[in-house]
Amino acid sequence: MSRPEDTLPPDLFYNDSESRKYTTSSRIQHIQSNMTHRALSLLSLTHPSLILDIGCGSGLSGEILSSPDPDTPGGPHIWIGMDISASMLAVALEKEVEGDLFLADAGQGVPFRPGTFDAAISISAVQWLCNAETSDESPAGRLSRFFAGLYGSLRRGGRAVCQFYPKNDEQKKMISSAAVRAGFGAGLLEDDPGTKSAKTYLVLTVGGGQLDGDITGVVSGIEGVDVIDSRRKHREKGRREVKGGKAWIMRKKEQMERKGKVVKANSKYTGRKRNIAF
Amino acid sequence: MKILTLNFLTCARKACKAEPAAFPLHPRDAELEIVEAELNTEFLRNVLPRVEWEALRVVTEELGLPSLPNVAPEPDAIFPAASTAAAATANETPANPAPTQLLQDLHHLLLETTILSGKLVCGNCGHEYAVKEGIANFLLPSHLV
Ligand SMILES: [Zn+2]
Repeated sequence: MSRPEDTLPPDLFYNDSESRKYTTSSRIQHIQSNMTHRALSLLSLTHPSLILDIGCGSGLSGEILSSPDPDTPGGPHIWIGMDISASMLAVALEKEVEGDLFLADAGQGVPFRPGTFDAAISISAVQWLCNAETSDESPAGRLSRFFAGLYGSLRRGGRAVCQFYPKNDEQKKMISSAAVRAGFGAGLLEDDPGTKSAKTYLVLTVGGGQLDGDITGVVSGIEGVDVIDSRRKHREKGRREVKGGKAWIMRKKEQMERKGKVVKANSKYTGRKRNIAF
Repeated sequence: MKILTLNFLTCARKACKAEPAAFPLHPRDAELEIVEAELNTEFLRNVLPRVEWEALRVVTEELGLPSLPNVAPEPDAIFPAASTAAAATANETPANPAPTQLLQDLHHLLLETTILSGKLVCGNCGHEYAVKEGIANFLLPSHLV
């Protein structure tokens, strides 16, 4: 499958017919709705909140945000959506969604005053920030403006969950490290990793509030989320942990043991590469 | 666009970021529309402490809406006491008390009064953001980002 973000910028790719196709495909609707519910469960909202939807498109996620509890935890929420595609917003308008809509490019920033939102959600949009069409815009600059703007517009203790489709590991790293640089506590969660339907969620927290100043506290408390901690990297310079390496295996085994699972005893062979015998 | 949203919106230009005059944006040639919405008391309880009252006063006056008091009303005056302290002490599930007139007025102003079309003008740089069919265009030409 070709990646749409490799062919055209989103405002051109999602033209009228493409937008209609996207929003009327029941398969896409189903996937989008599942991902929105997953993102909402990671946000753990307990009361009606003000939510920013980045790349709101035709309002598929928004309709879920506007639904009452218990369908939507803590709902109904009030949401504000941003999208760069006028065609997508036109479909949202036709559906008379309840959120306010903005024609805006998240790569140019987030034009709301500090502490506006309780939470933010983004479904299948952030990877679009990685393509820059003109010479005066770099993907790094667009990501940095976006995450800095998002960080500023969230309340202390607020959370954001961005599901996105990374093109490769490099892009995944580029996006998550841009979020950490903006000040977020960040973690990555992958559902169905390694399969065709793999989903990547970037879980972001803003320090302060009840978090006791530990920006990674909330993220590390969420089941299955791998914390991206920029500070730890500095401390452990020189013995970087490679996924699948010995240190990584030892740590995973420790984690499993703590959970009461039976793990094999460590030996000098733990984490070693086996020679393949033919 | 809801009046509530306008109370959080700033100019998107980098040069206006820390400028006090870049907030609130000023509506011009605005056509208003009332869109009925269900009262969401808990949402208002959550969001009202974040509303900049002075900016709200300025905007409502510019839109020719009934003028607001000089200072923001106290939460006790907006939310019936029964749903706060009293409910916590009483062991019974609180009967939903009737919303105060003040709460209904704030709901009507913030969530039901919307800008259908017109412009939003930055008080610092003068940039005009067009609003059409309720959607504000915040796309900036790249030299203004
Ligand atoms: Zn300005």
